[in-house]
Amino acid sequence: MTEVVIAGIGQTPVGEHMEVSLRTLAARAIQAARADAGGLRPQAMYIGNFLASVLSGQSNLGALFTSNSGLEGIEGVTVEAAGASGAAAFRMAYLAVLSGFVDTAIVVGAEKCTDVTSQDLETAMMQSVEYDYEVSGGLTLTAQAALLTQRYMHEYDLPQDGLAEFSLLAHANAVHNPNAMYRRAISPAVYQRAGMVSTPLNMFDVAPYADGAAAVILTRPGLLPKGAARRPVRVVGSSLITDSLALHDRHDLLAFRAAELSVERACRQTGILPGDVDFFELFDAFTIYALLSLEAAGFARHGEGWKLGRNGKLALDGELPISVMGGLKGRGRPVGATGVYQIVEAVQQLRGQAGENQIPGARRALVQALGGAASTAVTHVLSV
Amino acid sequence: MENPRHWRLKKQRYGLVGEECPHCHEKLFPPRDVCPHCGGEAKEEFTFSGQGEVYSFTTMYSAPAGYEEYAPYTVALVKLEEGPVLTAQLTDLGDDEEVEIGMPVEMVTRRLRSDGDDSGILIYGYKFRPVMK
Ligand SMILES: [Zn+2]
Repeated sequence: MTEVVIAGIGQTPVGEHMEVSLRTLAARAIQAARADAGGLRPQAMYIGNFLASVLSGQSNLGALFTSNSGLEGIEGVTVEAAGASGAAAFRMAYLAVLSGFVDTAIVVGAEKCTDVTSQDLETAMMQSVEYDYEVSGGLTLTAQAALLTQRYMHEYDLPQDGLAEFSLLAHANAVHNPNAMYRRAISPAVYQRAGMVSTPLNMFDVAPYADGAAAVILTRPGLLPKGAARRPVRVVGSSLITDSLALHDRHDLLAFRAAELSVERACRQTGILPGDVDFFELFDAFTIYALLSLEAAGFARHGEGWKLGRNGKLALDGELPISVMGGLKGRGRPVGATGVYQIVEAVQQLRGQAGENQIPGARRALVQALGGAASTAVTHVLSV
Repeated sequence: MENPRHWRLKKQRYGLVGEECPHCHEKLFPPRDVCPHCGGEAKEEFTFSGQGEVYSFTTMYSAPAGYEEYAPYTVALVKLEEGPVLTAQLTDLGDDEEVEIGMPVEMVTRRLRSDGDDSGILIYGYKFRPVMK
């Protein structure tokens, strides 16, 4: 079968870019990725975006982004899967190159969400919550995560500081990521003092929304520019799985079934077990997601995911590093672009370009993005 | 545009009308025509009693647009006595009423949004309140 490799990566800093528009953010990431890929020209662009139609009044981004970045006339289309949009777009690009129909594809994750008030943003995010039967009760994406957390605390003996570790770790890992939104570590005391957002979640259990764009170029090994010295990162596993949109329809509320199945399938494609990876870039939009994703991937038994947060096991020098460049909590959460940032950061690690955050000898990464409360899960395995 | 969308859901929102699967006899809410338990076709209406218990809950301190009037408010997953779980706001909570998982609750009809929909129509539907002792 055809091999698919990553020829280039690019990203803009994550944060509030008041002076930059959505199209310009995207163009910057595209340019950076094309420069990194030695000028390789893509024939197709797959865009990960969730909120432009609501927050910017803009759809048909395929036409906008291609023509605005010097790629007018190529194939271009948006892929939407809520918070997993970027990862879903990456999968579509992967399938396109794998199929042989497209030689070189570019994935662009772009989101501009700080032009509106935080209330309007949270309301826009409710598009990933079921309109007829969840939104009608005033339920937000954050409140969904709170319902998961409350039930988790009821079923298992999560210690009082069991969630804090995940937030602290993400912030610590963001300190040395020049593209991260927050570059200051936080202390347990700061976490404990934070105001409640949706009980039992406080402000530090919730990743901050931000603007950002990231891009990745995928191609076949034979098409890499001559003289590309480093060994390219390969995409060796890819899976997208869905679960019920509404939380109340889940057979097992705390199981994150889509996350579990997509890890299983992505790993099986390359003949490995999740335990064979060097790090797990998980989707910590909320601290409870980190726990449930670790459990779903099989790194911990149900009800014991929080134990992995103890004793530095998940730190950069631990057994299973997570959120290696700060995760959603520390790097920031550019909604539909997030999945592409995760891939870009994993590639930095696998190429040995992660600076102070470098995991020595990292050769294989598990990368997962979630849309809604894991109603869509997209998992990739990258390898050098 | 919003009007038919809410009108379509009247039976569910006012009457808690779901379905009963004729094959495996599981009760379904919301109705969906295909039974998630056995995969069979399920179109027989079933009216739920409106009795249930809190399965999980959260008190939200910042409300999305249209819900500001209620903030802070408590949303729960309610496990109906017939089996299904649904999402609903809790209402009629006393000042010092502690919500807890397992607490018995019953359905009442209340206004769902403070502002009405795009056409200004007020939307009513189910909320749940603690069962009087
Ligand atoms: Zn059935």
